[in-house]
Amino acid sequence: MKNCEYQQIDPRALSVLPSSAQNHTEKKAQRPRRKWEVFPGKNRFFCDGRIILARQNGVLPLTLSLIIVTCGLFFAFDCPFLVKHLTVFIPVIGGVLFVFVVLSLLRTSFTDPGILPRATPDEAADVEKQIDTSGSSTYRPPPRTKEILINQQVVKLKYCFTCKTFRPPRTSHCSLCDNCVERFDHHCPWVGNCVGKRNYRFFYSFIISLSFLTSFIFGCVITHITLRTQAGKTIVQAIQESPARYPFLELVVCFFSIWSILGLSGFHTYLVASNLTTNEDIKGSWSSKRGAEDSGNPYTYNSIITNCCATLCGPMPPSLIDRRGFLPHDEAIPAVSASEIELPPFTAKNDAHMEENCQDISLSCTA
Amino acid sequence: MQGLVPAATDGNMATEFHNLQELRHSASLANKVFIQRDYSEGTTCRFQTKFPSELESRIERTLFEDTVKTLNNYYAEAEKIGGQSYLEGCLACATAYLIFLCMETRYEKVLKKIAKYIQEQNEKIYAPRGLLITDPIERGMRVVSFFAV
Repeated sequence: MKNCEYQQIDPRALSVLPSSAQNHTEKKAQRPRRKWEVFPGKNRFFCDGRIILARQNGVLPLTLSLIIVTCGLFFAFDCPFLVKHLTVFIPVIGGVLFVFVVLSLLRTSFTDPGILPRATPDEAADVEKQIDTSGSSTYRPPPRTKEILINQQVVKLKYCFTCKTFRPPRTSHCSLCDNCVERFDHHCPWVGNCVGKRNYRFFYSFIISLSFLTSFIFGCVITHITLRTQAGKTIVQAIQESPARYPFLELVVCFFSIWSILGLSGFHTYLVASNLTTNEDIKGSWSSKRGAEDSGNPYTYNSIITNCCATLCGPMPPSLIDRRGFLPHDEAIPAVSASEIELPPFTAKNDAHMEENCQDISLSCTA
Repeated sequence: MQGLVPAATDGNMATEFHNLQELRHSASLANKVFIQRDYSEGTTCRFQTKFPSELESRIERTLFEDTVKTLNNYYAEAEKIGGQSYLEGCLACATAYLIFLCMETRYEKVLKKIAKYIQEQNEKIYAPRGLLITDPIERGMRVVSFFAV
């Protein structure tokens, strides 16, 4: 984390306060606002805060349309032929899989992945105080990591400059969404959201069911073309005969997606079984290449079944950001209250030890 | 206010800084005390039971520890991985997670119990001593905060 990105409690918020007193009576007449309207992260909200998405969700419509178009073609062109020649269960199974895939995808995209709300100014000041008192009477910048013991293993907690708090273990700050997310796995552009503690199980069921769906469609299309060729025609003739060559398009889409989706499913199955996140796996946080040091994963239950059950069937934690809650009237501006005017000039002092510009400090001095 | 400009002499700055630290410390005493999370057992929700020195004059140690331990027990119950949570998880998966739209999860039920417990503690124990606890869920489960009223 670059030190120059550190922003202290905003002194401009103080200048808002005098005018807010005058506007207070006006604000009472306005409709009560919900918390999602003042949410500081880069997210988009729909349906009055019920649905949450990342700001850049450009690829989600592509994902949805690929799935819907391929399945549409399957139902329109392959199913009539296969129902006639094989069994009526083919569209039934296809239908069930399709519904499951779409529901899991929407659930993954629209659910809060486990976003941690930013620290209130009081908390941020309290953390600052603790960092200061734990050591430096020198002018070195105070360390912004904390070491704790989890299951007898040392884990480093980092301080998040944006959220102004020490990140809990397994939490990471997503730069695309500008939020700290608990048990951060990765930011998935196909799904248009981060994958974290609260929506990992939806993501996992999405990729597993999508693997089944693509394999199923792939198998059915191959069967369709094979059955047509058995009537004594060549493959080319069979493709040309089947309605406008659409099965060939499905074949191409399924063939390319099968490798990537199956690979991804296999990878995530390994992660679930060892209770790891993609983030930890990529960084090699718990890999054994550290040698003699005892650096196994402290979160694993040392049993594949328990790890799977804990990750996928564990309790569903609640959303911490309370999107649909109402803002209290006197905190309609998400800034400091009267009792906290004292604090920002004092916290500005800490910056003297870091390498920021003097402008911030002179601003707070004049407050 | 000149001492706050970093270009000033280093000697003056050290004493200024020390005085301001003390002032800020006493200002925060009057405002809020935060009990942080205890991660020694993993990522499950637990709060530190260490008695903060700022509350020494305000409340008895045993009462404080009782409150925090009861809260920890409630959270452990909510996050327990056992028969009931597996059943809930499997049922949810089988219904393509649509069941979460109509059913309240066990965690949410325990959170309601916690809210009631905190309100009860505030009324009976803390308000008479001029303190109030905020529910950790309102602070993103990061802290239990005590503040003076």
